[in-house]
Amino acid sequence: MLAYLTRRLFAAAVMLVVIIMVVFCIFFLVPEWAGVDIASSFVGKQADPGAVAAVREKLGLGDPIHIQVWEFFKGIFAGRTYAAGGEVTHCAAPCFGYSFRSEQAVWPVLTDRLPVTLGLALGAAVLWVIVGVAAGVLSALKRGSLWDRGAMVVALAGVSLPIYFTGLLSLAVFAFGLKWLNAQYVPLGESFTGWLGGMILPWITLAFLYAAMYARITRATMLEVLGEDYIRTARAKGLREHTVVGKHAMRSTMTPLLTMLGMDLGALIGGAILTESTFNLPGLGRAVLDATRNQDLPIVLGVTLITSLAVLLANLAVDVLYAVIDPRVRLA
Amino acid sequence: MTAFLDVRDLKVHFPTDDGLVKSVDGLSFQLEKGRTLGIVGESGSGKSVTSLGIMGLHTAGQYGRRKARISGEIWLDGTELLSADPDHVRRLRGREMAMIFQDPLSALHPYYTIGKQIVEAYRIHHRVESKAARRRAVEMLDRVGIPQPDKRVDSYPHEFSGGMRQRAMIAMSLVNNPELLIADEPTTALDVTVQAQILDLIRDLQKEFGSAVIIITHDLGVVAELADDILVMYGGRCVERGPADEVFHEPRHPYTWGLLGSMPRLDRDQQERLIPVKGSPPSLINLPSGCAFNPRCPYADVPKDDVTRTIRPELTEVGGRHWAACHLSAEQQKRIWNEEIAPQL
Repeated sequence: MLAYLTRRLFAAAVMLVVIIMVVFCIFFLVPEWAGVDIASSFVGKQADPGAVAAVREKLGLGDPIHIQVWEFFKGIFAGRTYAAGGEVTHCAAPCFGYSFRSEQAVWPVLTDRLPVTLGLALGAAVLWVIVGVAAGVLSALKRGSLWDRGAMVVALAGVSLPIYFTGLLSLAVFAFGLKWLNAQYVPLGESFTGWLGGMILPWITLAFLYAAMYARITRATMLEVLGEDYIRTARAKGLREHTVVGKHAMRSTMTPLLTMLGMDLGALIGGAILTESTFNLPGLGRAVLDATRNQDLPIVLGVTLITSLAVLLANLAVDVLYAVIDPRVRLA
Repeated sequence: MTAFLDVRDLKVHFPTDDGLVKSVDGLSFQLEKGRTLGIVGESGSGKSVTSLGIMGLHTAGQYGRRKARISGEIWLDGTELLSADPDHVRRLRGREMAMIFQDPLSALHPYYTIGKQIVEAYRIHHRVESKAARRRAVEMLDRVGIPQPDKRVDSYPHEFSGGMRQRAMIAMSLVNNPELLIADEPTTALDVTVQAQILDLIRDLQKEFGSAVIIITHDLGVVAELADDILVMYGGRCVERGPADEVFHEPRHPYTWGLLGSMPRLDRDQQERLIPVKGSPPSLINLPSGCAFNPRCPYADVPKDDVTRTIRPELTEVGGRHWAACHLSAEQQKRIWNEEIAPQL
């Protein structure tokens, strides 16, 4: 188990380093090769050549590739000092550079936005796992019944309806029509109830989509598992039916769900762009959307790296949980 | 006074889109404690359906599917199971009657240790501390011949070999000293070298525990080894039944002859070909009229007036406790067996 864990951790670390380098190359070097001048996009359209040159020097854009990559890499773990002319700026670790537009350091922007997205993703995940798995199990146990058909139609709707449709609809009905909930994001630090009130609709909207997928997968997996020989064995032992389903069958049904959950959570933490835009939540998704519009490279780069890290960590967590759930994995 | 296990006119039918599948259609037999019954037949003859029917596993946990229709009577130690409260039958499962399945790898839960699965089987029916249950599991593993049982108890099924898994499965089914043990093709998924060991084990354990045993198999060699009585099934019905010696040495039904002829034997010349039963098993939705075996029977035209194709033969006693369902007269059966079949075997 320990060896397995060490191996996975090491692999994740190597992967992280590779991702940082590749992402940096894509964002800073490829445009240069393609003839786009990053420095002038920083300074603005009517830039005087002197300012552009200063920015080039400050960002080190003229340096050889390996120096640039190394400086960026070093900045993340040790901080970085930008010097141009007499002007010296120190960017503390972890340094992802400065926004081209607001000239703020990227890292504080990310750490500002991350809790919003994290709250959205985790809250919605709790909701969709509970609802989706429960609905899926019930559908499997009552296969072909009115409940099963009804639930699967709703699930189909959940999978097909886009967030900006269900989101806006829920806003129109519950926030603006019935005025049950407010449509304003309130930070958790300010007011817990205010935060809760503002997050309920985004959670439900996001969870609806995922609960639908989870219900369908749970139903299919549960039906398959219930046909297994070891389920028949469990019944032959004289186990109560709820133990057969809740313990023996559920244990096997969890495995594919866990994989899905890891990947979905990882991807969502990188920004639930549609949900955040629909509900005007100041999360990473909004940040990356705005930054893309403004060609604010460092912010996009920062969010991309956070996303990669989240996916990496989620996969690591899934791998570890897998080994806990399925004893056969530990040998691999 | 009924027998310990008394199955009367058991019918298990499954409604499907194509029609009613009559997997078991009017099966009766008795079995006493300490005796072993071998149920023999080819795939789809209703052997496994019968055993699952006795265990009550056709009705337990059948969700939303079209349910099996079961009728008849199954008396176990004075209790009729088909009309009993399902929860009562559930409590009998694993304690009074237990089952060994064909493929021990798929029949054991891959995510739980062998020990946990045995402990679970024990603790459903006994109120004991988990430590005591674990001791019991180790004791059972030791009894079925698993080396270092106190270590192997914490192994997972995939860490066992096929034979060891079946031993563990047997340990699990016997942990509550059941009075009826049903072994559904217990050796089919195993190496030939392991098969004999497992059969020996079942025989020894039966002597020790004195339970009634039903062995279900398509392998006549297995029943020859173990069974006191043999019941031959064809198309969901019993075609011949009797003491093992008689069924082996004086079989009366042409289908039984076919089974014996298709059994490989080491004491024969290898150049001699096996004699397979021609044709394929009948459709359980539309059984051939008359005798279900008539399309495959080489002697279907021997009885007069086409009775084999119009009238279903009833089981009739052809000797002491020996029954067969065939239109051939007793003399014809004896003559054909002695003159035509036996010399070829």
